[in-house]
Amino acid sequence: MLEMDKISTRQAFGNAVLRLAEQNENIIAVAADTGKSMGLGGMAKKFPKRVIDVGIAEQNMMTLAAGAASVGNLVFAASYSVFTCMRALEEVRTFIAYPNLNVKVAGGMAGLSGSIEGVTHQSLEDVSFMRSIPNMVVVVPADAASTEVIVEEVSKQYGPAYIRLGRYEVPKVFDNSYKFTVGKANVMKEAGKDAAIICNGVMVGRSIEAEKILAAKGYNVKLIEMPCVKPLDEQCIIDAAKEAGAIVTVEEHSIIGGLGSAVAEVVVQNCPVPMKLVGVKDIFAESATHEKLLDLYGLSVQDIVNAVEDIIRQK
Amino acid sequence: MTCANEELVQMAKTIRRDIMEMAFKAGGATHPGPALSSADIVTALYFKVMNVRPDEPGWADRDRLILSKGHASPVIYASLAEKGYFDKDLIYTLRFPGSILQGHPDMKKTPGVDMTTGSLGHGLSAGLGMALALKLRKSAARVYVILGDGELDEGIVWEAAMSASNFGADNLTAIVDYNHFQSGGCTDEIQCLEPLVDKWKAFGWRVFEANGHDMYDIVNKLEMAKMSICTPTVIIAHTTKGKGVSYMENNDDWHQRMPTEAEYLQALKELE
Repeated sequence: MLEMDKISTRQAFGNAVLRLAEQNENIIAVAADTGKSMGLGGMAKKFPKRVIDVGIAEQNMMTLAAGAASVGNLVFAASYSVFTCMRALEEVRTFIAYPNLNVKVAGGMAGLSGSIEGVTHQSLEDVSFMRSIPNMVVVVPADAASTEVIVEEVSKQYGPAYIRLGRYEVPKVFDNSYKFTVGKANVMKEAGKDAAIICNGVMVGRSIEAEKILAAKGYNVKLIEMPCVKPLDEQCIIDAAKEAGAIVTVEEHSIIGGLGSAVAEVVVQNCPVPMKLVGVKDIFAESATHEKLLDLYGLSVQDIVNAVEDIIRQK
Repeated sequence: MTCANEELVQMAKTIRRDIMEMAFKAGGATHPGPALSSADIVTALYFKVMNVRPDEPGWADRDRLILSKGHASPVIYASLAEKGYFDKDLIYTLRFPGSILQGHPDMKKTPGVDMTTGSLGHGLSAGLGMALALKLRKSAARVYVILGDGELDEGIVWEAAMSASNFGADNLTAIVDYNHFQSGGCTDEIQCLEPLVDKWKAFGWRVFEANGHDMYDIVNKLEMAKMSICTPTVIIAHTTKGKGVSYMENNDDWHQRMPTEAEYLQALKELE
């Protein structure tokens, strides 16, 4: 078992934003009664005027972010994923992405990490919505260390982005030496002649465990972390398809429209190979702890192992 | 360029003629009624009140104008063209492929357009974001937002209204083009806004009323709005939809419609 992170990805996001804000006075954060819960407490303490919390009003938050960005600021707009990607989806699309403004939208409690709160606070459709919007960059960090790196790297590139974040501390996968480039995948284990696993978010930790089980069974599986769902590292996917001849995608998201769909779009158009999508199967979940929900809704380590073994048999 | 009152009145007439040129010659039906309704307000802003540089549309300390009722875009395009932001002949490209003039305002395509609009209700939030960011930059620039009365039905307008006063955005001025019509009919029947002055006051705004077709009154109220401390100002401008073209006035059929040649010629004659 992997050890757990000391801080959540949303707190890691806040830490990164504070560091960036210390270096650049034109960085503003906006929140919808989420300054504290999205990790922006540090920035609010140090730069109180630069954290604009509009209260529980996500549409106002998002459009205000667009206005502030139009003046020349880099703006972080932070709330929970369901609200940034659903309630304020049109604001993101029409007022941030269409004018290509420099707003980084952070969505916390994404995936099933809304957990005990139930479906109202879970977000299994967000990647699907966000990646279909032109100009958007979409990133799904795996843990706290990689979140900090990804937030800093995404911020170096002008334009709108969606940063998908969780709620709790998650298994630690990476350390401070983590490297990220927008549009590039992270090949964690080379050489997989039997199958390739492409994963992101909290499912990276579970995919690592699944790969170990598969290796013990004698399978040779390539492991790719794909934190950047858009732009997608198409070459990496094509190389994996050619080398392994079968791909399993693993994501804490609906199997409709997320990482699996994005990878499949590349595979079918370039080098069709059998694929399996491990994700939540077009249903609403329920209230339970995060780890329990992952196990209950098709995202257990065993689910990944089974998918890989199935696809290898299909080859 | 700043103008005396009579010159402003003439400029508003020119802008109304430009609106009719676009109404007749654009690549599809425009919204002449809503554009004519705002013509005097927009003229006062661009030709008297606002501090802008047409030869430097991206000037950091310029005053900003957001046409939240983006469907009235011809009034902005006419004003920007008359102000010299782009070649006036470009108004004839409106709603045709490849034009810098989109159906609704597009800040990336049209020099002088400060915010993309068209999805109703969003202008005030965007303007508040600008206003707060400009304050952080210690800029003296002001932000003006023209709201349609119909779009006040949108909840986000009131989210923004509440936070603008909370943040003391005294560099923000909203102007409500209160012509009592929206796409589907009369605002008083679809979603009555009254008591409108009291609503804005209750949200913490300084409120003025103005005759939205009296240039002196409009300019006066806009100048008064500049003298505010810690409070945003809204001007409820009483207007007539389709103002200046007799058959369009208070006739909601002209919310979006292309005139016939005879109608176009009659309008130009009335606007001589």
